[in-house]
Amino acid sequence: MQPSRSLRILTISAFLLVLLSLYMVFVYAPREVVMGAVQRVFYYHVAAGWIGALAFLVTLIVSILYLATNNIILDRIAVSSVEIGVVFTSMNIASGSIWARPIWNTWWTWDPRLTTATVMWLLYIAYLMLRQGLEDPERQRRFAAVYGILAFASVPLTFLAIRIWRTIHPVVIGSNDPGAEGQFDMTMRMRSAFFFSLFTFTVLYTTLLWHRVRLEGLACRVAIMKARLLHDR
Amino acid sequence: MPDPTNSQPPTAGFWRAVSAIAWKDLAAELRNKEIVSALFIFSLLVILIFNFALELDKVARENVAAGVLWVTFVFSATLGLNRTFAAEKDRGSLDGLLLAPIHRSALYFGKLLSTFVFILIVEIIVIPVFSVLYNISLFSPPFLLVVLLGTLGYAMVGTLLAAMAIHTRAREVMLPILLFPVAVPVVMAAVRASAGILAGAEWGRFAGAFNLVVIYDTIMLAIAIMTFDYLIEE
Amino acid sequence: MIEIHSLSKSFGLKPVLRGIDLSVAPGEFVALLGPNGAGKTTLLRIVATLSRPDTGEVKVGGLSLTTHAYAVRQLLGVVSHQLLLYGELTAEENLRFYARMYGLGAAEARISAVLDQVGLARQRRDLVRTFSRGMQQRLAIARATLHQPQVMLFDEPHTGLDQDAATMLDDVLRSVTAAGRTVMMITHDLARGLALSDRVAILRRGKIACEADSSTLTPAAFADQYYGLVHA
Repeated sequence: MQPSRSLRILTISAFLLVLLSLYMVFVYAPREVVMGAVQRVFYYHVAAGWIGALAFLVTLIVSILYLATNNIILDRIAVSSVEIGVVFTSMNIASGSIWARPIWNTWWTWDPRLTTATVMWLLYIAYLMLRQGLEDPERQRRFAAVYGILAFASVPLTFLAIRIWRTIHPVVIGSNDPGAEGQFDMTMRMRSAFFFSLFTFTVLYTTLLWHRVRLEGLACRVAIMKARLLHDR
Repeated sequence: MPDPTNSQPPTAGFWRAVSAIAWKDLAAELRNKEIVSALFIFSLLVILIFNFALELDKVARENVAAGVLWVTFVFSATLGLNRTFAAEKDRGSLDGLLLAPIHRSALYFGKLLSTFVFILIVEIIVIPVFSVLYNISLFSPPFLLVVLLGTLGYAMVGTLLAAMAIHTRAREVMLPILLFPVAVPVVMAAVRASAGILAGAEWGRFAGAFNLVVIYDTIMLAIAIMTFDYLIEE
Repeated sequence: MIEIHSLSKSFGLKPVLRGIDLSVAPGEFVALLGPNGAGKTTLLRIVATLSRPDTGEVKVGGLSLTTHAYAVRQLLGVVSHQLLLYGELTAEENLRFYARMYGLGAAEARISAVLDQVGLARQRRDLVRTFSRGMQQRLAIARATLHQPQVMLFDEPHTGLDQDAATMLDDVLRSVTAAGRTVMMITHDLARGLALSDRVAILRRGKIACEADSSTLTPAAFADQYYGLVHA
């Protein structure tokens, strides 16, 4: 079973875009004056964060739709999106940590954005563990959909809770908030590099999602064929 | 898909069913007097452990009091939540509840109510003990209100997730894994608001935290009502 | 009273029921038999509204399960081999709980009546966890008949009972089903199933393999037929 032509084109495009974005980030964009080379992490860090959030938003939408329509493809999209979202969020957290180390001399900071990202990561790991722990496939899909909705609803509330917390406990880590884009002045080139990597990641997400959903569909077909072989007499 | 509504939805019987389930849970659990004393001892132990683990002077103690209290509540609540559906499923008595001609969400509210009362009993024990041991007065109405609302939020989400967790293989572990990340906002906000009240801070300083607890409770209740049906039907 | 058309159910990818057609007339007692894994319990659970079918339709008392689930539940009394009783409560507390769940008026009178019917009136204030298996099963029947359902479903009620208890249960079953109730009972006991029922049906691998009038069969003939089918 070959992937469809559109998927193959998309995959190649994604690959090329990644190469191109590497060029833009490491060559095209100028070296930032204050932070130095490590600032380049920013281009991927923020993009990864946004795509992670996008992935979970997609999961929310398909989860609601799945409960309404019982269409199994929606469930495949949900689980695929969560898996990819976890990957991107991991990248987000890891790159944030890498950025933080030379800038503020610490691997970690409990600032709202990073903490929210971590809680989000935990939520979606929990989602995957929930699916793992349920044997009945129909129940797995149903429960996962409900958890997907609950999890997403809690993310903005978590962000607010941490923000409120921090305004009263001003733990001074450094003068800079790592997530804020306006931290350093972005030149035109930097801006292009940033938006390009964002675009690249979006395409990458879509490609991975499509592949993963397709994989899930194939796995399902195999399971059906296997069951038919075993149970039909 | 959830249970489609009958031509005559039994609204009259809703609260009757809720109170019947809650009463049944509490009677069955509390009749076993061991549970009450076990909870009491458990709460004492948690407080003691914190005392030794944290080694604090008076000022520091006041600062962490709210946090320590809430951790105690969260642990006890999680234990209580585990029992809520576990016994029903193990004994198969969940079927008995599903066979009754009641609205499915009556089951949710009944369980929520009994779990909530259960946790409240623990809190009623813990708060005075804590007051005495830490020499802090905890009997201010605003503080107790925050405790109530925060506990309610935790219980609401916990009941929903407990209904999911009992079907999993490692159910005692699964519930905290599912619950803690989702409960982060309400626990943080409740701790913040509690700490503010205990420190005698003015309303404006922790109003945000208090409001967040209320908002959280409302949103989660709405989600629970809308999704519980999907969890309970086979 | 019970109409089942083309009922199918799979758990995951494993088909358990493959197109069941069965009708039970009002007041009829049908015994459902079959080897383990044939789908008997699944079938009963679907009729009891505890499980939803994948395809097909089930009607109880003319009401479709999918659209009138609440009304159907009011008509059903279910006794499974999993007791739906709470050990920490007394017999009458258990019954009171279910009376409230079913919204019964004059609950106390009903509770006393069913306890008398199953012969547990003297143990009404005892905790259920002190009951023997036979007593628990009888209380389960009391619970199931509390709201005077027109249809009763039994899933292997004789499981774990000794001879005496089983005979007592039969008496209770006869008195309960004499009241014109429609009954569907799953059992492994061929002779008993034949003796109690009006009609027998054998389920095999998710399909009804055979149905027959109980009065036309002797226990020996039935046993032959059963084993012939099951070991085919």
